[in-house]
Amino acid sequence: MSFWTQVGQFFVHNYALLLSEAGHQIVLALLAVCTATAIALPIGVTVGHLHRWSFLAISGGNALRALPTLAIVAVGIGIYGLGYVNIWVALVVLALPLILTNTYVAVDGVSPEMVEAATGMGMNAWQIVTRVELPSAVPLIMAGIRTATVYVIATAYLAGFAGSPGTLGDIITNPGSYQLAGVLAASVVAVALAFLAELLLGVAQRALTPRGLSYLRDDNHPTPDAPPTTTAASAAA
Amino acid sequence: MGPLAALPFSLAPFPTEVPGPAQGPVIPDFGGGGCPDDATFCWSWVRENWGSQLVPHLVQHIYITAIAVVIGLVISLAAAVLAYRLSWFEKGFMAFSTVLYTIPALAFFLFFVPITGLSLLTVEIGLVGYTFLLLFRNTLTGLRSVPPGAMAAAAGMGMTPREIFLRINLPLAVPSIMAGARVATVTVISLATIAADVTPLGLGELIFTALHTVFRTELIAAGALAILLALVADALLVLAQRAATPWIRVRRGRTT
Repeated sequence: MSFWTQVGQFFVHNYALLLSEAGHQIVLALLAVCTATAIALPIGVTVGHLHRWSFLAISGGNALRALPTLAIVAVGIGIYGLGYVNIWVALVVLALPLILTNTYVAVDGVSPEMVEAATGMGMNAWQIVTRVELPSAVPLIMAGIRTATVYVIATAYLAGFAGSPGTLGDIITNPGSYQLAGVLAASVVAVALAFLAELLLGVAQRALTPRGLSYLRDDNHPTPDAPPTTTAASAAA
Repeated sequence: MGPLAALPFSLAPFPTEVPGPAQGPVIPDFGGGGCPDDATFCWSWVRENWGSQLVPHLVQHIYITAIAVVIGLVISLAAAVLAYRLSWFEKGFMAFSTVLYTIPALAFFLFFVPITGLSLLTVEIGLVGYTFLLLFRNTLTGLRSVPPGAMAAAAGMGMTPREIFLRINLPLAVPSIMAGARVATVTVISLATIAADVTPLGLGELIFTALHTVFRTELIAAGALAILLALVADALLVLAQRAATPWIRVRRGRTT
């Protein structure tokens, strides 16, 4: 029996397991990305709006980005133990810097003329943030969330090491029980999930972009001051 | 002489004396330091294993990372130079590296085991594969972001297209390439810990050894060392980036 037949048979015999694990992986990824967004968005918007303490977003983001996820899982096991919280924290740390940097860069890069015009129209700081800066920042913020989601889905299998069963990591981290064919099948599902998320968030990004900014929908348009590593990220799909 | 003497083979290789039940509790030995196994963190283990375990694995980790980043950089540079001229190649390589990037790293390493065995090569193939997306995209962005005025001026000075590429495009792409190299390096450091589950090498080896015993001191020490390595590498690359592009400091440059 060839390897590919084995992979096919694994899909046929274990589709229920693969489906349930994919579902758990989606829930875990959603939870991590939402948590990261809830933390990163207020910080990024505040720092970008004030044009001050930019090191918080830039240096903080870079430092967080450097942290190896498995090392966070390992240190986490030592400090707060195995389980769902462990992988959750590790994935939030993975997603946070991507969203933070993009949010800061986007809000900081809103043209001063626009903000000045809004001030002249009598808007207060809250109105400027919610009606001018945030809508203009949507494309870049969504790009950050998109990249973060893809990373998180592709990394969530580490749950298998973090003592949190249920995700595709059960299969991927356990070739001894599931054979290479099972690992390949589970990885195919994980890659498919990542691309699906990328696609759906791309649609959401277009839907959320205000009509006045529709020129930004053209992917080739240079986004203002966007760092190349975060904007054009995951350009496929 | 019992009945066993009549057997046609000897029982010599088998232990003739079965050890009795251990006297007192069995104290697991995680490699010295005399740490209680329920300690959260125990410095004496770190002191005892610093020279024999932690430092050699740290050095190994740095080697693995350096090899992957250098090879990845060479391939990505070549690919970006090619893609700068051929748009079909750009699309193809971009799609290829994006798919590579979304494959769960552990699975990627596992797939090469039947081909290249449990070796450093298996690890390096995987790690190099993950650098492509970051390095290729940044290099190409850097090459393309040269102001048209600079290229027109160079052409006006009589530079050939080849000279323009080597003396204008390439130097001006350095900040972008370095930014990519920085992210690629920390990514490789991170993924190299995961690779240790397949081929025991680097700091990941210590993490996985400890993961199976759940000896917390070793988990925290190895994990913290990996985190420290990533942070120091990141900081050193920022310094290298500044040294390589002294003209950037004039503008208030944004780090990526």
